[in-house]
Amino acid sequence: MSAREAIFSDIRQNRPAGEFPLPEVPLFQPLVGDDLVAEFGERLVRMGGRVAEPGADDVFAGVRERLDAAKVVASAVPELEGTLDLRAVSRPQEVNDVDVAVVRAVFGIAETGSVLFTQDQLIVNAVAYLAQHLVVLLDPADILPNVQAAYRRPEFGQAAYAVLHTGPSATADIEGVLIHGAQGVRSLTVVLQPRANP
Amino acid sequence: MSAEELHPREREGVVNPAVRAATDESERGQDGRRLDHAEGSSKPIKAPPVREPQPRGAKIRGDRPIDQAEAAERFLAAPLHAAAHDERLWDLRKKRDAAAFGIPEWEELRELASQIKTHTLSHLDLYLEQFEAAAKANGVHVHWARDGAEHNRIVLGILRDHGARTIVKSKSMLTEECGFRHFMAGEGIEIIETDLGERIQQLDDEEPSHIVAPAVHKTRLDVAEVFARTLGTDPDNDDAHYLAESQRETTRPHILAADAGMTGCNFAIAETGTVVTCTNEGNADLSGNVPKLQIHSIGIEKLIPRIEHLGVFIRLLSRSALGSPITQYTSHFRKPRTGSEMHYVLVDNGRAARLGMEEFWTSLKCIRCGACMNTCPVYRRSGGLSYGATYAGPIGLIIDPTFNKRKYSTLPFSSTMNGSCTNVCPVKINIHEQIFAWRKVLAEEHQIPLLKQGMMKAAGAVLARPAAYRAAIGAADSALKVLPRFAVYNPLNTWGKKREMPDAPRQSFHAWYKENRMKDGSK
Amino acid sequence: MRIGLFVPCYVDAFEPEVGIATLELLERFGLDVHYPYDQTCCGQPMTNTGCHQEAAATEALFVKNFSGFDYVVAPSGSCVHQVREHLTAIPQTDAVRKVRETTFELVEFLHDVLKVEALPWARFPHKVAYHANCNALRGIDHARPSELNLPYFSKPLNLLKKVAGVELVNLARPDECCGFGGAFSVFEPAVSAKMGYDKVADQKRAGADYVVSADSSCLMHQKGCAERLGLPLKYIHIAQVLNGAAA
Repeated sequence: MSAREAIFSDIRQNRPAGEFPLPEVPLFQPLVGDDLVAEFGERLVRMGGRVAEPGADDVFAGVRERLDAAKVVASAVPELEGTLDLRAVSRPQEVNDVDVAVVRAVFGIAETGSVLFTQDQLIVNAVAYLAQHLVVLLDPADILPNVQAAYRRPEFGQAAYAVLHTGPSATADIEGVLIHGAQGVRSLTVVLQPRANP
Repeated sequence: MSAEELHPREREGVVNPAVRAATDESERGQDGRRLDHAEGSSKPIKAPPVREPQPRGAKIRGDRPIDQAEAAERFLAAPLHAAAHDERLWDLRKKRDAAAFGIPEWEELRELASQIKTHTLSHLDLYLEQFEAAAKANGVHVHWARDGAEHNRIVLGILRDHGARTIVKSKSMLTEECGFRHFMAGEGIEIIETDLGERIQQLDDEEPSHIVAPAVHKTRLDVAEVFARTLGTDPDNDDAHYLAESQRETTRPHILAADAGMTGCNFAIAETGTVVTCTNEGNADLSGNVPKLQIHSIGIEKLIPRIEHLGVFIRLLSRSALGSPITQYTSHFRKPRTGSEMHYVLVDNGRAARLGMEEFWTSLKCIRCGACMNTCPVYRRSGGLSYGATYAGPIGLIIDPTFNKRKYSTLPFSSTMNGSCTNVCPVKINIHEQIFAWRKVLAEEHQIPLLKQGMMKAAGAVLARPAAYRAAIGAADSALKVLPRFAVYNPLNTWGKKREMPDAPRQSFHAWYKENRMKDGSK
Repeated sequence: MRIGLFVPCYVDAFEPEVGIATLELLERFGLDVHYPYDQTCCGQPMTNTGCHQEAAATEALFVKNFSGFDYVVAPSGSCVHQVREHLTAIPQTDAVRKVRETTFELVEFLHDVLKVEALPWARFPHKVAYHANCNALRGIDHARPSELNLPYFSKPLNLLKKVAGVELVNLARPDECCGFGGAFSVFEPAVSAKMGYDKVADQKRAGADYVVSADSSCLMHQKGCAERLGLPLKYIHIAQVLNGAAA
């Protein structure tokens, strides 16, 4: 008997007695107020992220200093031309020297301050972790009230890879001291910028 | 953060200018307020800068029963460690309360999570078939392992097929169960743990002591010692930022060079064939997105039916574990990247058998959040290594005996059965009732010490016969001399070593009642 | 109302005044209280150690002693929890079920059955830390445990608030186990005592003069710990306070 057959046979033999129906999962009342943008920003900041307002003539005004200081900028958005073309990257290891990566989020979640990416936004998935800093464009119209609502979105069933980022990489495995940039990005800044082509 | 806000470290040995100054206890948010997301503590909890050797875990002697009490006593004999450990985990419990009380539907979520899990477990064959079919359709290779050894052999086979010799790995309790690291070391495969806590434990050649905070029993001084010994860091620099940064800088080359990446699995979604991991460091995403070969080890109990059910579990998991609303990264792996290969290894290792244990099968609902450990007053004062098992704390007490009934026969007794674990459990496992039930099973199967069982037999015999009972406690001047034999059942007076004995009253209630209320012979 | 008074073995041997206070308090409410003279124990020492068969004869004796009452009342959440949840080593006849269903812990009996509104005889002008026994709290629902996001209530505190002069102080860890745990206290003495030390230190920091609880076993453990640490805390059962003990 193969391992698979043996496991299934054991499971069927040991099925717990009783009826255990699958419950309906309600959407629940959003925990957040009506101003989803403000709620999103407040929660993102509590998770270690930052919010930067776009400037009148420079979308990236809030992170301009960081971009200017960067040697390698990988941009996955049309709003910014980076120094590294992610579409030309053949191995993920090639993005290890990226200082700042700029990507657009599919949507945000006000309950947690999270943003969602799939492989389509990231182009090279690893850039969202190997880069030192991450700048995220998020359309304020793309903010959902809560996690429950997020998991009704189709991306999770369609994307090869979908990931919710909530602030930067963090650890506090040593005496509870919070440290950003444990393995992944040291900072995550969200720029609330509507999509160019809605 | 602007460039001006960065604090370049003045001390030598710091490799990146973004590392904060040693005086900066912790990160502050954009709003200037202290942050305590992820595993961050709500206030600084710092062990005094005094070197105190780290207490080690339970002595393992083959299948002989673990003496948790002995290891716990040694843990408490290191007061700096013991105090920091208790305070740190209690802080997590308080953060958990604040998060839970911030959600009006919290108790409803727990109930939903419990029902989704019991439903899935009672239809596990169907959901596993669905998961397997979806995964294969997604181009994922699916393997089945009956036990830990088979899991290890399968992974080794995958590695050999690709000529792979190095793995970067994110934290997985399942691979701990399988003894994966030790096995691979014997096969010449290099494994690098990428979770900071797990890496610390790997470098110190010690098991993780906590499900989500593997090195929580260590102080920063211990970590400084381990890193100085293994990574060549400055032995006198015990700054957490410096230590974490050193780990990052020394791990990154391994991540870039690894032949394969491995992760565990928090949730496996039957309808889409997705594996979900939840980390704060983003290390599962590095393991899954950098090497050409990615392997996910999955306990078969991790299944849930649909994506929409994740909403329930994701809202519960990190809030229960750490009091943080969500982990920094919630990652959904579904299909291989272009040019890479993706494998799932589905592991039973006793789970299907546990499904048939009427009183214990619901322990399979566990989502490994560690909330029961954080709240457990015994765990907090014992350290996770005192349990001498993969799973420590309350959930360990009810899972470990399913792996080895003799070796872990003592563990269900390392509890006061106070029930706090059951109340914090996000999937409503009746943990303390299962601890109680295990004691019965172990006594019936004579897996408890003869001395203890003998005492209980004697106590039961006396307590069932009023005359014998009264003779036993009435014959002595004081009940004290006799009563502890079946009230405290104490042959060695361990009570009196640590506590004062109660005063002996002038007379028992029984005697008082006879004297004051039975003069007329009534009642 | 015919009441069977169950005086647990600890109370009988070490804290007889708790039994007396319970008896007198119930009598103040005009109840017909009987003390079955052949009573011994609820069986908990054996059951909690897993030795259910060894508890069977004791359980049978308990049911024999306490059949025929409207209610059985005991000043111990732990023993009542045992009777209600775990008295299962003997066949569950109608008589057994009846005894298990009608056995009440003193606080819940006063609060839920008698619905006591006033205790005019009681006065206790002290700073009091209340110790919630774990079985009373989480086993028989004395109060909303700190872990659950449910509406707050506390039966023992409702009663204590009816006692003139009581000033309640708040513990940092209000319902953390004190480490007694029955056999745990002797088989795992280091952890048990450390939990006890931490508990009494918390009580001291909160500014308590007295610690009040519905369970003598926890009190005995805590008193032993406080004395060992040299902390001037006093321990008293809630039955005594409610019965008007001057302390």
